[in-house]
Amino acid sequence: MSEAFDGGGQLPAAFMNPGTSSFAELLGVVAPDLLPTARELPQGATTTHMTPEATTIVALTFPDGVVLAGDRRATTGNVIANRDVDKLYRTDEFSAVAIAGAAGVGIEMAKLFQVELEHYEKMEGRSLSLEGKANRLATMIRGNLPMALQGFVVLPLLVGYDTDRGLGRIFSYDAVGGRSEEHDYHTIGSGAVYARGSLKKLFGDDLAEEDAVRVALQALYDAADDDSATGGPDLHRKIYPLVDVITEDGHRRMAEEDVARLATAVVEERAQRPDGPRAPLR
Amino acid sequence: MSMPFYVSPEQSMKDKADYARKGIARGRSAVVLQYDGGILFVADNISRTLHKISELYDRIAFAAVGRYNEFENLRQMGVRLADVRGYAYDRSDVSGRVLANIYAQTLGTVFSESNKPWEVEIVVAEVGDDAASDQIYRITFDGSVVDEQGYLAMGGSAEQVTTALKERFDKDASLGAAVNAAVHALRHENGEERDLDSSGLEVAVLERGRREHRKFRRVTGDRLTSLMEEGAASGGADPAQDSAAEEPGGGSQDRTNGS
Repeated sequence: MSEAFDGGGQLPAAFMNPGTSSFAELLGVVAPDLLPTARELPQGATTTHMTPEATTIVALTFPDGVVLAGDRRATTGNVIANRDVDKLYRTDEFSAVAIAGAAGVGIEMAKLFQVELEHYEKMEGRSLSLEGKANRLATMIRGNLPMALQGFVVLPLLVGYDTDRGLGRIFSYDAVGGRSEEHDYHTIGSGAVYARGSLKKLFGDDLAEEDAVRVALQALYDAADDDSATGGPDLHRKIYPLVDVITEDGHRRMAEEDVARLATAVVEERAQRPDGPRAPLR
Repeated sequence: MSMPFYVSPEQSMKDKADYARKGIARGRSAVVLQYDGGILFVADNISRTLHKISELYDRIAFAAVGRYNEFENLRQMGVRLADVRGYAYDRSDVSGRVLANIYAQTLGTVFSESNKPWEVEIVVAEVGDDAASDQIYRITFDGSVVDEQGYLAMGGSAEQVTTALKERFDKDASLGAAVNAAVHALRHENGEERDLDSSGLEVAVLERGRREHRKFRRVTGDRLTSLMEEGAASGGADPAQDSAAEEPGGGSQDRTNGS
């Protein structure tokens, strides 16, 4: 790493140039080795299981905003690498990102995105629009394409409260940075198919905040039920899913005791009815 | 008129310093002071968008007087430096001292190596876990750094403003009382008794107890007006304060940082 920002001596000119408000661009000039996407990988290298992966993330909107929830398990192959991973990142006052795929690169990218938004806000004196944030993240994923081709695929899910329109929104991405807005709900990760089925049955557009969280926890339970790489609520170790709620008042990580209460209720209901709540037939 | 052949270094430095001082003295003042919940910044500034006070990092803020383009350049440099360091190491590794040092280096180099010194005076302040660990650094146009305690004023007629601020300063004052002490001091610029209301002030705080990692918050609009009224009601024995008309800030809303 360069001595440029060690606090002594003269800074490189890039620090004084007026112009860019992008942190990633600045980093590309003053310390390119810190960019998660700027790595040269050896040709033909095999990358299986170099970094833990797998996850289930669910997001759903409710009238006041959006709920984002993630399980806590990270796996390498069929081994549980970690039981209490935090896959959700508050990226600014009104947005959050969750990651699926290669954990190492994904975490770095979430961290860079976080600084990117804050840096822009400080430089320009106002924050990016939610649309702008979604596009910026797409560009960063696109930059990861060479790594994605070698197996380090990062698939984030961006949720935010659009202060201009007054509603919660969800954006998903593909490996090349293709961005699509999802309506009502979306899930990513290895357990996503199971969680999606669950969400489809339980989602309603008139849910209160706590009920929206309940729906997310039911969906995560269903994902953990069928996907070995997704962890369910671990009542013995007191490890519960993480839940972020973003509304007009900004981003809030739901208190652990509240999630614990709701998750315990879900598990107890499953003891009576293992497949969970039934949607009416007609 | 012919050019002199030789100018002594002493004379050259003195000329530059006089030039910079004059430039700074043309602008309005800003004050920085501790209060019971953190550090308060108040600047005499009618613009809503061209700031004299800004956030640098989670616990660190910047205030400046003088030539706008020059201190804006310094502000951007500070934000860049802080963000790169915080990203490379950890958020807790960004300190006010490091930023103050780099500003001192930059201003010192400009002062000694270029013909025109920068006409700026800046403050870098970092709010700590308690009042004793707060840091307030004043950096002047020639690159000298002073570690200030409690309060300071800079700009226009800094001496008069400092004297007025000293009368009212109390590090355990409430925010309202601290805002009023600051406004009282700024009214004494150039020995005049000026009317200052909330629409002509730029106010921000580094709040020690704020739950999120970012402690910087602007105080504007109705919130500022009510703080000034509250401060005047609780401790305002000064008749000048009571007579000052306090109007809402042009209908602008209370805007917190980050929104």
